[in-house]
Amino acid sequence: MKHLQLIALLVVAYFAVWLEATFNWPRRWLATQVDVLPALVVYAALFAEMPTITAVAVLGGLWFDALSANPLGVSVLPLFAVGFVVNHFRELIMREQAYAQYLLGLGAGAAVPLGTLLVLLSTGASPLIGWGSLWQWLVMTLACGALTPAFVKFFNWLDHTFGYRELAAPSFREDREIVRNRR
Amino acid sequence: MFRKPQIIAASIVLVLVLTALSIPRETSARLKLALSSLFLPLFGLASSAPPAAQRTGDAVVPRSVLIGELNRLKKENAELHLRATEAEALRQENDRLRTYVGWRPFSPGKYKLARVIGRDPANWWRTVRIDLGSRDGLTPNLAVITPAGLVGRTGSVGVTHADVLLVGDPNCRVAAIVSETKDHGVVQPSASALDASIVDLTYLAKASTIKPGNRVVTSGIGGIFPRNITIGEIVDLHSVGYGLYTEARVRLTVNYNQLEDVWVVLP
Repeated sequence: MKHLQLIALLVVAYFAVWLEATFNWPRRWLATQVDVLPALVVYAALFAEMPTITAVAVLGGLWFDALSANPLGVSVLPLFAVGFVVNHFRELIMREQAYAQYLLGLGAGAAVPLGTLLVLLSTGASPLIGWGSLWQWLVMTLACGALTPAFVKFFNWLDHTFGYRELAAPSFREDREIVRNRR
Repeated sequence: MFRKPQIIAASIVLVLVLTALSIPRETSARLKLALSSLFLPLFGLASSAPPAAQRTGDAVVPRSVLIGELNRLKKENAELHLRATEAEALRQENDRLRTYVGWRPFSPGKYKLARVIGRDPANWWRTVRIDLGSRDGLTPNLAVITPAGLVGRTGSVGVTHADVLLVGDPNCRVAAIVSETKDHGVVQPSASALDASIVDLTYLAKASTIKPGNRVVTSGIGGIFPRNITIGEIVDLHSVGYGLYTEARVRLTVNYNQLEDVWVVLP
């Protein structure tokens, strides 16, 4: 399951970044482009191990920056920070509950753009920020909130369909066998 | 408090990010181009899918419609040919007059058609990616236009693709002039506007007589953008800097949401 999960997460991240760079309809309708990587990192933080979370945050962030005018690497740290915090506290979170996933998605969708802007400003870049950015931040937050439970459902389905499952051990044990015939 | 894998992962990410942010800009640009080339097959697929769909659609267009369109285009072509001949005569006359007064003759640029294959996924930049690169003769800082007006300038250039900084991006400021009043200003992004087609024209004289509807064109100052390329139209004006100068909002003539093909002006 571990390898399948890692490969599936990276493939989804790769296609998500490409779709964000290719399809313009969210910008036409909502005046903003939705980044789905925070939702993906939340899923990884809830259901995968640390190497998988790191791989998704690093590769997803680098791919995103490569197709954007961002300096290379600015998106990695906020994505990883969100994954790290969620993973650290995941035993305290009711991660199977959709509303918990939704709230975590909201938080990640709000935190990642703010963190990225913070890193971006600290590098001396001057991105386009204004009142319009508030709307973009709101849309992004809500979209990530909605996408996180959807990702959980999708990856659960993927695991159920393609994942390898061990056969359950039979209840029969030879050492506990009652021998009824006479010796 | 933290588990060992968490500490190792955090250390790796920190070192990676600090290294990525501290490498020289040229190296970083090369790395970005290398990473983005991973997406080239998908960009190729996306740009070839619409023509295939169009070809399928073309197959069912009635012959009478095609003949009507052909006749209209023939007429338009003849008109344009006539205008081109007139323009060529005027250009030659202009060159002659320029020589008389000792000015450098006007040299028209070459144009290369490019297709927009991608857009910036981040909301705080306004850039697009085109399918021409250094192998097609592109270099950074070339003007990019459409028949509707100015689009922007080329940024980093790869072998097969290039980034275009659109007018309204924080890294693309344009020296402009208002056609009617000859007031000079600088076109820069309007951060307050959600609408990407609105930019600001700043540093206008306090006593300028600009009116809404006036045309804004490139002034040619700065050397990147040729003169007289349409940028947009004045929407409204307001006084800024405690009345020291005037700022105007400009609606761009190019609709970025419908940008598919652009022309790169080569020197």
